[in-house]
Amino acid sequence: MLLELKDITKSFSGVDGDVEVLRGVSLGLDAGETLALTGESGSGKSTILHISAGLEVPDGGSLHLEGVEINGLGEAERANLRRSEVGIVFQQFNLIPSLTVEANIGFQAALAGRRDKLFESELVEALGLSDQLKQYPESLSGGQQQRVAIARALAVRPKLLLADEPTGNLDESTASAVLTAMLDLVGRTGAALMVVTHSAALAEKMDRRVRLKGGVLL
Amino acid sequence: MTNTILRALLSYWWRSPLQLFTFLMGLALATGLWSGVQAINSEARASYDAAAATLGEGQFDQLVPRVGDRIPQSVYVDLRRAGWLASPILDVTFKGVRFVGIDPLTTPTQMSFSSGSGFSLEDTDLIFGNAEVASVLEGFVEVTKDKSIPPGIAIADIGVVQRLFKRNDLSRLMVLPEQPIRRPDLVKIAPELVVQPSQQIADVAALTDSFHLNLTAFGFLSFAVGLFIVHSTIGLAFEQRRGMIRTLRSLGVPLSNLLSLIIVEMGLLVFVGAVLGILMGYTIAAMLLPDVAATVEGLYGARVSGTLSLRPEWWLSGIGLAFLGAGMALAVRIWQIMQMPLLSAVQPRAWAIASAKRIRGIAILGMILLGFSGLLALIGTGLGQAFALIGFLLIGSALVLPWLTIKLLDFAPGKGVITSWFWADTRQQMPGLSLALIALLLAVSANIGVSTMVSSFRVTFVSFLDQRLAPELFVRVEEEKTASALEKYLLERELEVLPLLTVERPVVGQPAKLYGVRVGRTYRESWQFLGADPDVWDQVSKGEAVIVNEQLARRNNLWVSDEVDIAPGLNLPIAAVVGDYGNPQGQVVMGELLFRKLYPNAVATSFGIRTTDTADLRKAIQSDLEVPDSGIINQASIKSMSLEVFERTFAVTAALNILTLGVAGFAMLMSLLTLAGMRTPQLAPVWALGLTRTRLGVLELARALGLSLIVFICAVPLGLALAWALLNVVNVEAFGWQLPMFFFPADYAFLGGLAILATLIAAAWPAIQMVRKPPATLLKVFSNER
Repeated sequence: MLLELKDITKSFSGVDGDVEVLRGVSLGLDAGETLALTGESGSGKSTILHISAGLEVPDGGSLHLEGVEINGLGEAERANLRRSEVGIVFQQFNLIPSLTVEANIGFQAALAGRRDKLFESELVEALGLSDQLKQYPESLSGGQQQRVAIARALAVRPKLLLADEPTGNLDESTASAVLTAMLDLVGRTGAALMVVTHSAALAEKMDRRVRLKGGVLL
Repeated sequence: MTNTILRALLSYWWRSPLQLFTFLMGLALATGLWSGVQAINSEARASYDAAAATLGEGQFDQLVPRVGDRIPQSVYVDLRRAGWLASPILDVTFKGVRFVGIDPLTTPTQMSFSSGSGFSLEDTDLIFGNAEVASVLEGFVEVTKDKSIPPGIAIADIGVVQRLFKRNDLSRLMVLPEQPIRRPDLVKIAPELVVQPSQQIADVAALTDSFHLNLTAFGFLSFAVGLFIVHSTIGLAFEQRRGMIRTLRSLGVPLSNLLSLIIVEMGLLVFVGAVLGILMGYTIAAMLLPDVAATVEGLYGARVSGTLSLRPEWWLSGIGLAFLGAGMALAVRIWQIMQMPLLSAVQPRAWAIASAKRIRGIAILGMILLGFSGLLALIGTGLGQAFALIGFLLIGSALVLPWLTIKLLDFAPGKGVITSWFWADTRQQMPGLSLALIALLLAVSANIGVSTMVSSFRVTFVSFLDQRLAPELFVRVEEEKTASALEKYLLERELEVLPLLTVERPVVGQPAKLYGVRVGRTYRESWQFLGADPDVWDQVSKGEAVIVNEQLARRNNLWVSDEVDIAPGLNLPIAAVVGDYGNPQGQVVMGELLFRKLYPNAVATSFGIRTTDTADLRKAIQSDLEVPDSGIINQASIKSMSLEVFERTFAVTAALNILTLGVAGFAMLMSLLTLAGMRTPQLAPVWALGLTRTRLGVLELARALGLSLIVFICAVPLGLALAWALLNVVNVEAFGWQLPMFFFPADYAFLGGLAILATLIAAAWPAIQMVRKPPATLLKVFSNER
């Protein structure tokens, strides 16, 4: 199994004391598998995604990526794992505003020391970004920025791709086109995909769907 | 990975050239003014050190003539034969260069060995001097250039100087530290000479310390104002890059790598800014040095080289201070990054919107500092504490300003919707603008304070000159015989003659000058006192009391009716204390009769003369007594010369004042520009609700005008408090005199106009940007909202 979460718990401190967001969530994901994580706002979907990426540390439970216990790793080791094995598509895109689209797409791959310009060209072509390569993120529409974020996450050829509402900013037809391209690219790279979404249409296209409510999987 | 991260970090500056410019200019201005002042100080100190080491002045006792300034060579020979170990010196001034003839075999100074250029005075006929001296004397004599020779001085073997100026006498004799146990008294061998102890020869470096400390304080003030810009720019750069920093970490950049590279990036930028600052400092110093040299020579008689050298002590201190200042701002931001959760909000957290609680906390700290300042004003002593007082006063007021401005804005007029929004929006912007407003406050108040001090000093100085330079003509002769003939000649013409009798001796254990004056109408009518008995001049003329100058009185905590020792075993009460703004030395004035009784060997060779016809009298003295023209000086020319020295003294201060105001204007411009870039989301809704871009632009200008007015209103009392501290505390500690404070409302109004103009110019750029902002940019605010 590529990713394995066991009895994960997580709380955040709020105004009225601690809020328990995840209450013993267990979840697995095989290489090449796609999974949709659905649920109401505040149900803990994004927290699972962040924990899977090693961005958050759970309060309890265990988390293995390719058999490695992530919770036991230090900050630098988790960062190393993230830059070379995990691709993340953030809800807010998180592009670097001072770099061009082209530099943004190749950025994580360059960090990981395995930039493949030919593959990047394929991604650019498939996501329809050829005309925007020299532009800066601020001049792109929301949908274009979303596609740049997807291209960046895939360019590193990650083993695990995590996407938080990847089509949330797109109209229906663009969303469908982007999703098709993303699934095609995921299939070609053999990555596993976990998508957090509210969209039933998007969830339908995944191999598996799990629903989260009140911090537990239904 | 390192290259990729560094490229991403540096791309921010590439895409934000204005921020880069602000950062580099802020650092360059701060470093420039600081290192410029330090360059001047180190050049001056190097000149003093060279003079002390080469000439030995202030290190060895000297034998000088009682009258005139020449010693026959035979007197020197007699002294040597009698066992006195002394070294002869001949001083001759020509074309503004002081020729110093020394005897290389006997002189105890550094010049006994060899000059810096490797030649020895012992076996050459060479004349040594620096490049400036060489160029002045070109065509007259050949000067061997030597950087180690102090400015304005040419040194040669005494025989060479005697031949050059056709002299066969000496100016003074330097007494060697090692003397035979038995040697006859000086009075027996050479009664015409007196010993001038080394401690009575003014130590130039000590005398000028306070002057250089004043310059340093100014440089530091400018540095502080410049650092506000740097602090603000570093803060802005980090806040704008919070998103990037989060993204980098999300994509797998370890925190330690990121922080190290941020430090490297900032280090590179600080280095570039500091180097630009050093270049700027060099230029400033090169421009100001001639004025400083004139000032120091005019005030203290010390020569400073007019050419600037690139000395490591000042450029290294400039770079060091730039790194220290930027490092302090950077440390805060690094700490914030370390504390920042990896998944904190991506949008620039309102860096400018610090909480009202924080502003209140800072204001309380400011008030505590103001309290310290008040305490030091009451109980502080010494120059260090005087500057601490000023530091607490300025920093305390700066910290209180943002809170005070918000409080003042509560009283802003207007009830309309737009007016209410305008003031509320202004209050909300305060944290972002506070650093720029503080910079403006410091610059304007420093200007008010220093200009009040200088102008008060000027008024007092002019009145002082009128008192002291009452005689219309001053005559100086070289010989005792001529002096008595001159006095007799003048008295026969029934003129009021004021002989200048003076000796130097320690009073209250400190070097001082004693004067004997002929009490008459001039002294009784002209002199004004800081404190006096009703019948001062009667007591003085009878030899029952003396007058002392303010420096002597304050340094020794003396005042009217206290006693001072004016001769061995003779103490007299002080009848009056007189303001004396011409020199830093202590002075005691006594009646002529008493003076002649106490010091019978002293002879007056200078005289002040009261006359209604200066031109005729001048001609008569020249023709009847063969006094050279150079020995007669008109009162008017002395006054204008003194005022010229005064003006040049404060030309440096005025230049630094203007530069500081310029830096503050720049700080304001940069703050407004950077805020303008962040304000689109706040202004777009107001625009969408019906306010035109032009109106928004005009409102931005009005806001800048209002805020600068508030700053100016606060700067006036602060500036006056600063002036009070300078006049009543710093001056007393540094120079030994206190000055009355005068007010110059017209000057303040002009300065206020300048400050407001600078702010309006600074605000005009962002206002025009607002007016020209395409609607699409404003609409983007809504389209990007999620």
